[in-house]
Amino acid sequence: MGVTRIPTSLTQGSHTKGAIGESTLRPDGTLKVTGDFAYASDLWHEDMLWGCTLRSPHAYAEILSIDVSQALATAGVHAVMTHQDLPAGTHYGLEIRDQPVLADDVVRFHGEPVAIVAADHPETARRAAAKIVVEYRELPPITNEAAALAADAPVLHPHRTDSHAAHVPHPNILHRQPVTRGDVAAARARADVVVSGDYEVGMQDQAFLGPESGLAMPAEDGGVDLFIATQWLHSDLRQLAPVLGLPEDKVRMTLSGVGGAFGGREDLSMQAHACLLALRTGKPVKIVYNRFESFFGHVHRHPARLHYEHGASRDGMIQYMTCRIVLDGGAYASASPAVVGNAASLGAGPYAIDNVETEALALYTNNPPCGAMRGFGAVQACFAYESQMDKLAAELGMDPVEFRRLNAMTQGTRLPTGQAVDSPAPVAELLRRVKAMPMPPEQQWITADESGESIDVRALPGGLSNTTHGEGVVRGVGYAVGIKNVGFSEGFDDYSTARVRLQVIGGEPVAAVYTAMAEVGQGGVTVHAQIARTELGVTQVTIHPADTRIGSAGSTSASRQTYVTGGAVRHACELVRERVLELGRVRFGSYHPAWATAELLLESGKVVTDDGEVLADLVHVIGDESIDVEREWRHRPTEPLDPHTGQGFGHVQYMFAAHRAVVEVDTELGLVKVIELACAQDVGKALNPLSVLGQIQGGTTQGLGLAVMEEIVVAPDGKVRNPSFTDYLIPTILDTPSIPADVLELADQHAPYGLRGVGEAPTLSATPAVVSAIRAATGLALTRVPVRPEHLTGT
Amino acid sequence: MRVNMTVNGRPQEADDVWEGESLLYVLRERFGLPGSKNACEQGECGSCTVRLDGVPVCACLVAAGQAQSRDVVTVEGLADFAKQRSTPCGGHGPGPDAGDATGGGAGRADRADGLAPGISISDAQHWQAKPAESASPELAPVQQAFIDAGAVQCGFCTPGLLVAADELLERTSEPSDADIREALSGNLCRCTGYETILDAVRLAAARASEGA
Amino acid sequence: MDFLRPASWEEALAAKAEHPSAVPIAGGTDVMVEINFDHRRPDYLLDLTRIGDLYEWEAGAEQVRLGAAVPYTQIMEHLRGELPGLALAAHTVGSPQIRNRGSVGGNLGAASPAGDCHPALLAAGAEVEAQSVRGTRLIPVDDFFTGVKRNALAPDELIRAVRIVKAAGPQQFSKVGTRNAMVIAVCAFGLALHPTERTVKTGIGSAAPTPVRAKVAEDFLTAALDEGGFWDSGKVITPSIARQFAELASGACNPIDDVRGTAAYRRHAVAVMARRTLGWAWESYRATADSTKGGAPRCA
Repeated sequence: MGVTRIPTSLTQGSHTKGAIGESTLRPDGTLKVTGDFAYASDLWHEDMLWGCTLRSPHAYAEILSIDVSQALATAGVHAVMTHQDLPAGTHYGLEIRDQPVLADDVVRFHGEPVAIVAADHPETARRAAAKIVVEYRELPPITNEAAALAADAPVLHPHRTDSHAAHVPHPNILHRQPVTRGDVAAARARADVVVSGDYEVGMQDQAFLGPESGLAMPAEDGGVDLFIATQWLHSDLRQLAPVLGLPEDKVRMTLSGVGGAFGGREDLSMQAHACLLALRTGKPVKIVYNRFESFFGHVHRHPARLHYEHGASRDGMIQYMTCRIVLDGGAYASASPAVVGNAASLGAGPYAIDNVETEALALYTNNPPCGAMRGFGAVQACFAYESQMDKLAAELGMDPVEFRRLNAMTQGTRLPTGQAVDSPAPVAELLRRVKAMPMPPEQQWITADESGESIDVRALPGGLSNTTHGEGVVRGVGYAVGIKNVGFSEGFDDYSTARVRLQVIGGEPVAAVYTAMAEVGQGGVTVHAQIARTELGVTQVTIHPADTRIGSAGSTSASRQTYVTGGAVRHACELVRERVLELGRVRFGSYHPAWATAELLLESGKVVTDDGEVLADLVHVIGDESIDVEREWRHRPTEPLDPHTGQGFGHVQYMFAAHRAVVEVDTELGLVKVIELACAQDVGKALNPLSVLGQIQGGTTQGLGLAVMEEIVVAPDGKVRNPSFTDYLIPTILDTPSIPADVLELADQHAPYGLRGVGEAPTLSATPAVVSAIRAATGLALTRVPVRPEHLTGT
Repeated sequence: MRVNMTVNGRPQEADDVWEGESLLYVLRERFGLPGSKNACEQGECGSCTVRLDGVPVCACLVAAGQAQSRDVVTVEGLADFAKQRSTPCGGHGPGPDAGDATGGGAGRADRADGLAPGISISDAQHWQAKPAESASPELAPVQQAFIDAGAVQCGFCTPGLLVAADELLERTSEPSDADIREALSGNLCRCTGYETILDAVRLAAARASEGA
Repeated sequence: MDFLRPASWEEALAAKAEHPSAVPIAGGTDVMVEINFDHRRPDYLLDLTRIGDLYEWEAGAEQVRLGAAVPYTQIMEHLRGELPGLALAAHTVGSPQIRNRGSVGGNLGAASPAGDCHPALLAAGAEVEAQSVRGTRLIPVDDFFTGVKRNALAPDELIRAVRIVKAAGPQQFSKVGTRNAMVIAVCAFGLALHPTERTVKTGIGSAAPTPVRAKVAEDFLTAALDEGGFWDSGKVITPSIARQFAELASGACNPIDDVRGTAAYRRHAVAVMARRTLGWAWESYRATADSTKGGAPRCA
């Protein structure tokens, strides 16, 4: 780990074993390696039924009729439901409730749910679903910007009442956010060099390995218990209860094991369907998507078209930038408005640019709905602005890293939103560090044995497929850096709730931590235990499963959980500690003057003075008491962006990462092998260094995937062409290089422990770094990701 | 149809199996062994890797009837399998001798009777995260190495990777990085970027050679 | 659906005769995907995994008789000498888990244009041993593929084995995919030198409705090698010959644009693979000729 600047207030708990800063191991690790960890799809109940979803084969069609009679008559079928059978609310949505639980008179995307079946075996349910007769009248689908914004375009959501409807220039624009600052026209006149470009980002899938699944159980009180893999229990609950026609306290949700998320579980998938079927049949209902269905069951990363223009003076200073970012939101809103806000406010990248005009918008189309995925609007922009940086540097005859460093933002720089970055912004330093890391050695392919039999093809582009023994292989190196906000922005009340209980169990002080945080693999449960040890000076900490009996923890997204729920746990622990000390003063204050005069700490199960003198054992202080505190905690507030100028204190924190990619390209076949993807990132404070590295390496690999292979291909008729792991490819271990990381810890004084969100930043810069390296190897412009062999071979 | 097989050294039987069911479904939904994961059901992710008569295969692509009378080892039996391999009389090679099987660990005894498939709701509701220091000593070396190296995040790929990695180490005591990558190239992981998985296999190999 | 479990080959043939719609299943790497994803609901599954004969091979003087269900892993590990092209192709199939189950018989039965074995079989020369209760038929692999995912088997026939010509010279196989492992072919190319007959044979995968040989390219190269005395001299093949061979190989393609790649790319990639595999195979031939004959000149 690199430079460390520890906040001066951090003294409590620094001597307790397993505190923050240590790479303590996952508390759920043993269960996960023995196969005993209960993922949502593993749940089982006597008499449970299996749910199955019938989905639209068309991207856009009217539903003329639905006949479920044959399905209902199938032996083993307990219920079939369509839109007409919904008991209460008919639509849901994260911000805008525009998505039907089951399609009513129209389907707006390929794969939209139309009917649901519950039966005693999954095959029975599938066969019954196949017997549902739906009569459609196909409509010409809207699948691109020109079609969506045409004067005579059909309006996909005609009766909009959402808050964005009033200020969009066309009803098929879901949200549009301009950001303007300075005087672009004047700056353009001054610029010596102007470069512009059009860029395109394909539709990426989260491809979490554990498909959507859950088990709903009807309860005696008329309510329902749902065991579910999600990113945000309370957001699901808020959308679910009105659909079920139940008060929220009758919809009890418990987090089951989650097999990855990456944004793809922020929206509802099968939650409402399972609950509806359970309430309808009076039996537990389990729904588990297979991989095919999973591609239709969650939103994807917005595909984007981006136009950028930058102007610079001959000395290499960027004078202005403009961009227009068009995101395809697909059929329903999901998280699109917030994705637009990110793209608009972060579209200039981590650079100090005084004159900016940016515009981001999301369209309604008949393509698959798009929403949250790791990087959330900042990924698309980063590919474009980093491509521009290389282009500008080349135009100026400057080294691309030095050019970036020259224009890098620093603490105090104002974003195009007018918001000053008020914590360390070591952009230039990250670039310096990543460039200074040792290069992987050159490889000698053509050996004395030209037949190639002594060559290990596993290290070459094409790998085991034996496409080259070194012929045509050219190495390239590329760099990129990015900026991502942490936490929910634009005035959202972003808070979390934690309950901490301290008591003596079996002669030892034990802390119990209880939140509704969705552990999706990121290691929040590890970090919460570390925080409790740090703040309470205990070693034994129990992390309770998450459910809706406690208040919201907010989403496990936006790299926010360690900051916000970690902050809530810390805050609750601080209050517990105060009570412990009060109790100690009452019980033991008369035995030692330090109880009244010194600053007291809890360390290793004891109350100690800041000089290290032991005053009492926690066990004795706590005695039979159970000290129990539950509190909400929120980070400092943000503000909405002005709808016309985009000005405002929109974000609470930023994270920065830089990558250097080294690739080898078979230039004749257009195949790429990434040799190394070095990363430098500032994490503020690494609460668990091993987990931090895991986030950096995992995020980097998803960026690599977008660079060279990952794309959901949607045909011109709006149909998904590759909904499988045979044709939607994610990197294997043979595609993923060594990912050395250099981690800075420059504290953000506004954040607990000075920490910074970690998970998203590496996903941003990995993609443009890899593409930059491929450009260096091939000399091609490469304006679209993923880069395909066709792009590299002109075919 | 009825299907019988030996799983992790114990005889198992299921009735009314639909002919199109996979071994994976039977393990997960009928034998109460959901450790093997259902991530793709098309042989493209390796999350359901089990040993079938000693050979690593995707359980999703084995028809249930094809496993009739065969010997299956899943992640739930990996610790016993590894232990048996390492004891001098246990023999070396594919497939534990069913007759010698000592049975599952204590933690699984309650659902070894085959009557309660899957993970019950009460278990799911009341799991409690415990510090890793109190980890069961009843782990295969490769399982412990995955925990220690930070190779587990969401954990959904982990069972398949463990079975594949254990088989690699059974064949090759000191695998090169290229060997590890090739052996694990059929197992997708979406969380880790694979670096810590490589670390874990290296660690398990190094510990084995120290211990040898 | 019925699950038929014949204990012997004779029982399997009888079952197939009685239920011609029965779908044979061995490794399951194609059939189970179709069942899991609800793309196929056969009336009968005919399990061949109990039939030990299908998992054996015999290497004769001229041919290897490869049991239909011998897994790819076994081919990679045990038949690299006799069937080098097929062993290379087997190594590119799916993942280690898939290679432990999948087999050449299954690949032929599915008859996908993207099947990895096909180019290697076409290049080496092979016959499909089809059997039924009516008897045995040897179908030249050149005649086996009749359309996209269609083959020359009669409804009552099963593949018993594949008889593959033992390699008398170097063979190569190369496959383009957009990932470095576990990937379906965008296109593939197999090449075998047959020094005894002084011919060259090829196979192209995933670049036409069926796997095909590039016969014009083969004829050109066979003639050019002959006329130039290359087999005897062991000279390096001139770039112009290699280039023309590559272009002719590309011309044998009749590809489509699909989600895995464009037709134009497939034509281009087949040409590159043809040139490279020829180079590798020829270098290997020269090295062997060098060591066995002790003296073909090495200069171009």
